[in-house]
Formats: sequence, C-alpha cells, structure tokens
Amino acid sequence: MRETETTTLEINGRTREIAAPPNQTLLETLREHGYFEVKSGCEKGDCGACAVLVDGEAVDSCLTLTGTLEGRAITTVAGLKRGEELHPLQAAFVKFGSIQCGYCTPGLIMAAQSLLNETPEPSDEDIRLALSGNLCRCTGYTKVFDAVQEAARVLREEESAS
Amino acid sequence: MFAEFDLVMPSGLDEALDILAEAGGDGGLDVLPLAGGTNLVVDLRARRVSADKLVGLGRIAALRGIERSNGRVAIGAGTTLSDILRDPGMAEAAPSLVESARVFAGQMVRNTATVAGNVCCGSPAADTVPPLLSLDAELTLTGRDGSRVVPLADFFLGYQKDQRRPDELVTKIAWDAPKPNSANLFYKLARRKGDAITVVGIAVTVAAEAGKCTTARIALGAVAPVVKRAREAEAMLEGEALTPELIEVAARQAVEESSPIDDVRASADYRRHSVHALTRRLLTQAWDPATVGG
Repeated sequence: MRETETTTLEINGRTREIAAPPNQTLLETLREHGYFEVKSGCEKGDCGACAVLVDGEAVDSCLTLTGTLEGRAITTVAGLKRGEELHPLQAAFVKFGSIQCGYCTPGLIMAAQSLLNETPEPSDEDIRLALSGNLCRCTGYTKVFDAVQEAARVLREEESAS
Repeated sequence: MFAEFDLVMPSGLDEALDILAEAGGDGGLDVLPLAGGTNLVVDLRARRVSADKLVGLGRIAALRGIERSNGRVAIGAGTTLSDILRDPGMAEAAPSLVESARVFAGQMVRNTATVAGNVCCGSPAADTVPPLLSLDAELTLTGRDGSRVVPLADFFLGYQKDQRRPDELVTKIAWDAPKPNSANLFYKLARRKGDAITVVGIAVTVAAEAGKCTTARIALGAVAPVVKRAREAEAMLEGEALTPELIEVAARQAVEESSPIDDVRASADYRRHSVHALTRRLLTQAWDPATVGG
C-alpha cells in the first residue's frame, strides 16, 4: 500500500480532512465516509450512477482520484436538500414517478443539476445531451425529462421571485 | 483490485516536465501524465496499465483555455470536451470538433476528459481525432528542453504508438479556422448518440473557389489501426467540381484506404459499407451551395 495522503475537501458544505491512498477514487472515499447516496455502478464511466458535483460540475466519482481534488467542493444528492425540504429536482423526480428502483436517481439528479447550473432554461435536446451519460433501466427516461423540465421551471420562478 | 501508484499534482508546467524527465533516467520509474483520467483510471483499475507514479495535470491553470487570433485557433492541453461545447466561437472555429464533442460519451466524461487526452490515448475510435485531422491540426509537444510542433497527420505511428516521448507532454493543439466558402463536417456512426463507442467516424473538409474544390480532407475513424486521412481520395477531389459521379468515385477510394476489422461493434464489411455511404453523404452535404457558397 502506497503512503496515504491527506486531502482537504468540502463535502456538502462541510470541510473534511480526508486521508486516502493515491489510488482511491472519490466514489470509494465518499462511501467509506458514509455518503452511501453515491452509488457504485459500472465503475468505468458508462452508467453515471456515481455522479457528484465538483465545484458545481457533474463528474463520475468512479473516474476521479481523490488526491486530485485538494480544496474542491463536492456535492452529493443529499447535499441538495434544503433543511427538511426536498430540492425542486428531488421533488419533481418524486412527483413525476421518475424514480423506480432508484439506483440511478442520485446520479441523474446530479447530472441534471449540473445542466441547470449552466442552462436554466434547457431544451429537451439540452436535457438529452446532459443526461446521455446516465443509464436508467426502469423508467425509459421520459418521466426523467419531464421532471427536469418541471424543476427548471420551479428554479426559474424561485430565481425571479428572489 | 486497483493498481497501486503514487500521485503528484504539480501546479506549474515546468515542475510537471521535471518529474517526467527525471523518470526517464536510470531509475526506470514508470511515470504517466494524468489528464482527465476517464480512460487511464479505468485502465489502471483493470490493470491493463501500470505506473509507479501519476503526474496529474489538473492544477496547471496555464494548460487550460481556448485562444483565437487572426484565424488561428489554439486549445491548451487541459481543455475539456465541455469547454469546447461551452465556447460560442467554436461553432465557426471547428464545426466538426463541436459535433464530435456533442456525441462524446456522456456529460460527466465530457466535463472531465480533455481533447489532448483523447488524442494521446491513441484509440482508432477517438472521436476528436477525425475532426482535428480534417482541420490540419498541429500538436505542440513540450519537454524540459523545449517544444516542437508535429502535424497531427504525422503523430500516430501505429496502433497506440505515437511520436510523444515519455518525457514530453502535448501542451497545445492548434489549427486554422475554416475559411469562408468551406464546410467542415463530422458524423459518428454508433449504436446511440451518447455513451457509445464509434463504429465509424468520418470528418470532411471541403473548400471551394470559383466552382472548384481547392482543399479536400477526408479523415476516417475506427476503420484502421490509427485514425487516418484518405489522401488519394482527397487528391481526386482537389481542383475539380464535386459532381455526384466524382463524389461516388472518391467515396469508393476512401473505402480502399480503410482497413477495418471485425469486432464486437460491427463487421469489417459493415464498416466498409459505412465508409462509402458516409463519405459520399458528407461530401455531398459539404458541396451544397448553401454550405460552400457555390
């Protein structure tokens, strides 16, 4: 085992000193520290189940070495929650039945959040492009696209009300 | 299990080059540059690749960015596929590259993977390489003792063999933006638009003047050990008006210049058929008066 290095990460708003060997991926680190909402799927960048935000941009945590992330801010799907209230994306996924077995859901929501960070008013084609790295074997995607459009609308309304 | 290695994250290019240069000495340390890692991390996990040390390039701010001046376009080696899609000027500066970025893997990979990394992986199915070949792109290779510029068309020496020495990094990729009266197109044939490995990927450039083709480029992906230009097919087109008959002949010539294999994604026969059909289609689209201006 190579020497363990310490990396400072901000995870869901909380600063943590993470000790990890150089070959540890962010996926392994997060699950080892109890962030079980981050799912392990293909572990090669095909399925998107492990997606998290790094400084607001979705990445596959299975392809990201923890040691490359010094000082970066990580957001998991649990970090989107607003106190006791669901984030509009989370609420829309529930409302539209965009969740069936649920395994792909954390990754889909993070990929969608990454899109909405840049593109508050996405076209259906924008959504398709943004979610092309997330595999879902239950829903057939249509309900997912509906939920993302609904959440985008809610977030725009919040923005214009603030 | 995951291969073991050390990881260093230099903040400057010189430091990264020093580490790579020292590794090449008698110590015999196996040191690899780590860009986006979307291929390398998978290969390390599967133990298809081993390394004593990785030099992560993610903190070298000078490597990331897109510059355009006087018709010349240059992207730093840290530039990601998403950076290409976000830059509104790229639609004119590299239409084929933008198209390839749209159908490249999925969002999370595009947010991380770099264009230079895609080139350096040396895959015959690398999606950015046919577009860059169709644009006559040049690579800047930098080592501790200086830089050299290598045309991408000369970079690949064979299957996953290229001109980069282990102590060098690709630091820049540059090309001339397409001229007026030209078209630069890419088509990826795959099972799906996203998250799929290319069966055949073709990029073409056609420039025209006074009703004649002045420049033709046809770059073929996933149908030979390396991504390559169909140079004889290109030569048939230059100086001529691209009639449907000539386009047909050139498309057949492009097939002659490919050497596809049977694999899990498609048969060699299907790939040859697709080279013919797609080359003909893209040349026809490119020659459209609306595209090259007649």
